[in-house]
Amino acid sequence: MNTIAISLIGMGAIGLVMSLFLLIAYKKLRVQEDPRIDQIEEILPGANCGACGYPGCRQYAEAIIKENAPINLCTVGGAEVTAAIGKLLGIEAEAITPPVAVVMCQGDKSVAPRRANYHGASSCRIEHFTTNGDKLCTYGCLGLGDCVEACQFDAIYMGDNGLPVIIEEKCTGCGLCAEACPRDIIEMVSRDQKLFVLCKNKDRGALARKYCKVACIACGICVKNAPQGTMEMKDNLAIILDYKPLNDPEIGNLLQEKCPTNAIVYGE
Amino acid sequence: MSLLIIIIATVLVNNFVLSYFLGICPFLGVSGKASSAIGMGFAVTFVMTLTAAITWLIKYKVLLPFHLPFLEYVSFILVIASLVQFVEMFLKKSVPGLYRALGIYLPLITTNCAILGMALLGSLRHYNFIENLVFGFGAGIGFTLALVIMAGIREELEFADVPKPLQGAGITLILAGLLALAFMGFSGMISGG
Repeated sequence: MNTIAISLIGMGAIGLVMSLFLLIAYKKLRVQEDPRIDQIEEILPGANCGACGYPGCRQYAEAIIKENAPINLCTVGGAEVTAAIGKLLGIEAEAITPPVAVVMCQGDKSVAPRRANYHGASSCRIEHFTTNGDKLCTYGCLGLGDCVEACQFDAIYMGDNGLPVIIEEKCTGCGLCAEACPRDIIEMVSRDQKLFVLCKNKDRGALARKYCKVACIACGICVKNAPQGTMEMKDNLAIILDYKPLNDPEIGNLLQEKCPTNAIVYGE
Repeated sequence: MSLLIIIIATVLVNNFVLSYFLGICPFLGVSGKASSAIGMGFAVTFVMTLTAAITWLIKYKVLLPFHLPFLEYVSFILVIASLVQFVEMFLKKSVPGLYRALGIYLPLITTNCAILGMALLGSLRHYNFIENLVFGFGAGIGFTLALVIMAGIREELEFADVPKPLQGAGITLILAGLLALAFMGFSGMISGG
């Protein structure tokens, strides 16, 4: 009994001394923060997605106050949030149009043959790093939905053909899906871009064609037909360097028609 | 035992990270960048030195006189937790950059086994107050050394052509193993310690 009493008192005393010490330290070292940081944090959506370039909403709020960061960086909240922050701080800024995610692969089940059946964990990342995928094409979408899981805004769902579909109205342009994709198939592009090369395959033409019916086979026809300097071939893949001239319906439709494998798609 | 030998023994021969394998979590977690590794190392060193002093006082001035040696673990954990809180407040106030860089690993010093390990090992070895203080300081410096070496190598590793399956965690663990092997070379330099 005595031992218990003494140990209780002893531990209590040690705890008390320590908490007093912490209390004093807290009084001396407390950081006075601008109350506006809290207010801005409340306005921000709280998704902590990182699209603004800061680790989370709190850090962005701090950056606005302390480093005069632009107030229009939040793609999730868009114009509303920008306006609310602007009202709070008494400044105005133009809202930016957030980018949108695009799936750069059309290799669904019917056009991209498989070389094996994958029976592992249901994650693109795991499948990619353990087996390099069950498709012949080692650049194409694996269809297990890492992007769907990464999206915090329900803007992606897995289509019946095994490829993710992005709902443009819901996409906030945060880029989490692009980061989640182990094969970098999802790209964040400007909302006014209309022409896309929907393929990531870097194999030589003959192989690419064998692996997938809608692969870019690096024939170069698009580069020849596109205005100078807007497209080029790199690593057996057509790339768009400057999308604006290609938005022209005449050029866009021409390129789409000329592409022998339909890897180039023009449209809204 | 002279203080110098304690220092050499804890920093090199019985390095807490690389020979005792204590505190591996921050060793792998914060060793990505040399600057934050140094910050983490000094935060741990600071906590360790203070812990060594306070735990010695608690053991010899409170626990033993009142015949409560069984409270050693509990009271030591209490001390470590409070000190980490203090360091957190201090860093948030005076070095906010480092506070952000350390992130979750700062409060995690509380559960860093290297610190509790240091307190308990020091207690087992019946050091006197000064020796215990030096032991704690040396353990912290050893931790910092291991962290900084690791961070230096990992920064260089960014440019290395690592085979795909080993990228990231794999190569880091291999590196840690090699470093530990290298530090094994010190064993036998000092007996005991």
